[in-house]
Amino acid sequence: MLLTATLFAPLVGALLVAFVPADRAQPARWVALAASLATLGLGVVLAARFETGEAGFQLGMAADWVPAFGVSYRVGVDGVSLPLVLLTTVLTPLAIAGSWRMTDRPRSYLGLLLVLETAMLGVFVSLDLFLFYVFWEAVLVPAYFLIGSFGGQRRVYAAVKFFVYTLLGGLLMLVGIIALFWLHQKATGVPTFDYDTLRDFDKAPATQRWLFAAFFAAFAIKTPLWPLHTWLPDAYTEAPTTTTVLLAGVMSKLGVYGFLRFALPLFPDAAHWFQPALLTLAVVGILYCALVATVQRDFKTLVAYSSVSHLGFIVLGIFAFNVQGLQGGVFYMVAHGLVIGGLFFVIGMLEERRGTRRIDEFGGLQQAVPRMAAVMLVITLGSVALPGLIGFVGEFLTLLGAFLENRAAAVLAALGVILGAVYLLWAYQRMWHGPLEREENRALPDLTGREWAILGPLVAAIIVLGLFPRPVLDRVEPSAQRVVEQTQASSP
Amino acid sequence: MLLGQRLRRLAGWLATLAVAAAFVVALAAFLELLSHDAEGRSQILRGYEWFSSGDLRVAFDLRWDPLSALMALVVTGISGLIHLYSIGYMEHDERRQTFFAWLNLFVASMLVLVLAQNFLVMFLGWEGVGLCSYLLVGFWFNRRLLLVNPLGRLVEGEPDDTHEVWAPPAAKKAFLANRIGDIGFLLAMFLIFATVGSLDFDDVFGQATGLASGTATAIALLLFVACTGKSAQIPLYVWLPDAMAGPTPVSALIHAATMVTAGVFLVARTHAFFEVSGTAQTVVVVVGAATALLAALIAIGQDDIKKILAYSTVSQLGYMFIGVGLGPIGYAAGMFHLVTHAFFKAQLFLGAGSVMHGNDDDTDVKHFGGLRTAMPVTFWTTMLAWAAIIGVPLTAGFYSKDQVLAAAFEHGGIGRLAWVVGVLTAGLTAFYMSRYVFLTFFGERRWPEGRHPHESPPVMTAPLVVLGLGAVVAGFVLTTFTGEGGRFQQFLEPVLGAPEEHESLAAAFGLSAVATGVAAAGAVAAYLLYARQVDWLALRRRYASPWRALADRLYVDQAYELFTVTLGGALAAFLARTVDQRGIDGAVNGVAELVGSGARSGRRLQSGLVRSYALGVLGGAVLIVAFLVFRP
Repeated sequence: MLLTATLFAPLVGALLVAFVPADRAQPARWVALAASLATLGLGVVLAARFETGEAGFQLGMAADWVPAFGVSYRVGVDGVSLPLVLLTTVLTPLAIAGSWRMTDRPRSYLGLLLVLETAMLGVFVSLDLFLFYVFWEAVLVPAYFLIGSFGGQRRVYAAVKFFVYTLLGGLLMLVGIIALFWLHQKATGVPTFDYDTLRDFDKAPATQRWLFAAFFAAFAIKTPLWPLHTWLPDAYTEAPTTTTVLLAGVMSKLGVYGFLRFALPLFPDAAHWFQPALLTLAVVGILYCALVATVQRDFKTLVAYSSVSHLGFIVLGIFAFNVQGLQGGVFYMVAHGLVIGGLFFVIGMLEERRGTRRIDEFGGLQQAVPRMAAVMLVITLGSVALPGLIGFVGEFLTLLGAFLENRAAAVLAALGVILGAVYLLWAYQRMWHGPLEREENRALPDLTGREWAILGPLVAAIIVLGLFPRPVLDRVEPSAQRVVEQTQASSP
Repeated sequence: MLLGQRLRRLAGWLATLAVAAAFVVALAAFLELLSHDAEGRSQILRGYEWFSSGDLRVAFDLRWDPLSALMALVVTGISGLIHLYSIGYMEHDERRQTFFAWLNLFVASMLVLVLAQNFLVMFLGWEGVGLCSYLLVGFWFNRRLLLVNPLGRLVEGEPDDTHEVWAPPAAKKAFLANRIGDIGFLLAMFLIFATVGSLDFDDVFGQATGLASGTATAIALLLFVACTGKSAQIPLYVWLPDAMAGPTPVSALIHAATMVTAGVFLVARTHAFFEVSGTAQTVVVVVGAATALLAALIAIGQDDIKKILAYSTVSQLGYMFIGVGLGPIGYAAGMFHLVTHAFFKAQLFLGAGSVMHGNDDDTDVKHFGGLRTAMPVTFWTTMLAWAAIIGVPLTAGFYSKDQVLAAAFEHGGIGRLAWVVGVLTAGLTAFYMSRYVFLTFFGERRWPEGRHPHESPPVMTAPLVVLGLGAVVAGFVLTTFTGEGGRFQQFLEPVLGAPEEHESLAAAFGLSAVATGVAAAGAVAAYLLYARQVDWLALRRRYASPWRALADRLYVDQAYELFTVTLGGALAAFLARTVDQRGIDGAVNGVAELVGSGARSGRRLQSGLVRSYALGVLGGAVLIVAFLVFRP
């Protein structure tokens, strides 16, 4: 019940926002913030009730939905999904606070953000494949409108590309889900979309490959894996920045979560069969997108490419099929969510002040806004995985996991660690260091109280979880271990 | 505001006191360590668990043994003096509390590095000092720095002999070169964990002897890659001379006395891998010797006093690597040179800083001359350190360099080659260091008009005196009085193992006579060229092309820049503009267009873009299901 409340609280908030008279922006903001904070509160209670050390699903709930087709409403969290639920509930109120100054239809905008939150939470907690699919596609709708009607100059192009691309993957997955359902029914006579049942049901390796490929389409596009990534720089760049925070911070985790939760345990033999291909795509993506990021002129696009590059590390960890890789992958998801959220927030704040995101429009900002520069430095260093900050633990564990499984992949991916430092530090140097030459930059105001309220928690988390990652890691480990066991190939 | 001002002034003293306290504690712990016998001299302090995953457990455990004690004493001792000096040097800087905060953070990271009991905690310190180096090199992020151009005055009528640089690119270069090295560290850890199943020093070194030699070689070489980054050896040394853009106390502390020696320490700490490997030892010796020679050559061609010292540091680090690369016979010698070098190079940098302080931050050796009367304390203490680095008998540098060379000679094989290179480098060292002191302190005054060189305040000269005296006596003290009647070597034996018996006294005497003779020749050559009435600028013009090669750092930096910035940049631009936008994204848009037009013309439906794609996709999906269902 608690989980269900957490899941739908933002949706209720969105309804309440809709009841606010259209000309009253301020109450709408407060209602939206209150709803997202209430969700965060529920998420915290959820985490407090969570039994550390348990591998299976907890705090769940199950009810029939469409019994005739075996569709049920079944939700639950384990060590893998709980951190992602919390990440979502943390980033959403920050994104709402970040949108405070927005004057273009704030009511619709905030309402859509809340709908997006429910949809994404639903993906993380669904334990029925049909329910999962519903939430998966439900994410598209608010995201499409957030990009397409609130975004930048090329918003329609970016939104349509994002929508079509992702929908295409989703539909292929739907085919996979229906085929899986059908195969199970043929074999046992029982119609069900239940996650555990479908996972434990024996599937011939050849069948698994087809089904894996169908799920792969959805997850690889959503992640995105190279070379299916080109919708992302457009979508991230064109979306309003607080939407980009949620897209990059949370939505980018849906694909990798899907691999971890569904593609691996449901089709272990196929996962092994596809492993070399997946590792290859991950490594190519890491290096390729890091190189492409170095020459971007728009800082938002640069961070967008860095996101694709970093997601490659998570895929690498997941497809290592060992506990270090999977546990590190989940931790990396959390770390990446917080860090990239911070990066996009800072970009948004700069854009609010200057109306541009081009790197060469800045320079010497440390003199004008020293506090902002310091915050940005911590976030940047978190992103380049400096030991002692949040990024390191995930990067170390995913690479270690990959190394234990496939040394060549890990060694090549490690080169991406160097490139990551290249593009981020170079950008930092060009924007924050050096002479303050442009007159427009001279009088920029430093961080306001509201901005501190947004960036403060992120910076604190980046430092604290870097030095004390165990509160997260210890909850992930048993569930990651369980996924490792479920992913054992049944036949050689 | 008033409080802020006072706090700002206090920050330096607070920071200095903190480090001094750390030194006192380290000293007490060191004396306590001496009270144990050899077996009891390895103490481990258990800390909280950082993270764990599967079989991997990483805890903040610290280790106190002779090797870490030695490093801790050097780090805190030298840092304390340099902190004190910085109070004077940074007096007029607005952001000095930030400066001291970072300097303290550096000392803390360095202590984590040397006290770590497992590889990951060491890596935390290892990257932590790299971060502090990045922050401190780029400390003057908005200040235009004048960089001395040694090519200046090469052509008659070339107007200016300096060009402007910014610190941030140097800071970034330092961080990135270190990052490349750190990947070696990271991969070494992976390989160690994959082979041994732990990253704890005791577990790892306990099993090191049983490793296959190929594995040991791989681990050792990966670790050495990290050393070439942090300790500025071939091929990653190029960042260190650039790092001189940082404030001079930073150059003294981080880029001469402590951080850059971390690689030498790492080889000593992980010597087990190098011993099992053998091949790796040879690589260390060869790289060390080659770096020593190359950097000494380049140092001759520099006119910026900090650059001369920077290349000198690179060169001296090469000696240390020769030492620790030789195996048990050279470990103590390499570490010994690390300690003595910390004294004399810290002094040389602080002395150079004092010269800059008294000369409007000028670093061009062409603008000095005859400073010995204007800055007597700086002059005399620098002469002490000069004596040490060129190896005047009985100074610290003489003892340690002599031990490294003796060990190399006795090691035989590759060691003999290293000995020859080392002796040659000793001559070059004497030449460029004498050139530096002659051009700075002796001869005619070449100061620009209106400059009034003056001695630095006592808070700066006091550390100069302490370090200068240390540069003279440290060698003597350490060889004679350390431990219970023994020597430096015996103190380190519980960690580094005992070498076989030493060569006869007569042979040793002969060897050091050769090295000393070569060094004396170098010094004399410098005297003839730079301390007498020779027009060395005319000579420079006459032999312009060899001079240009030296001054241009033998073109190594240009070659790197061609590869990374030009070629790497071109590759990245090609990927971004051609492959990504036209290739991949073009294909995506092309397919979309095809499907879209196909759907429109085929069905003549007035559907929106989105719906037509969906239909097309669904059609394909139905085919796949059909295949699955009707498959035999």
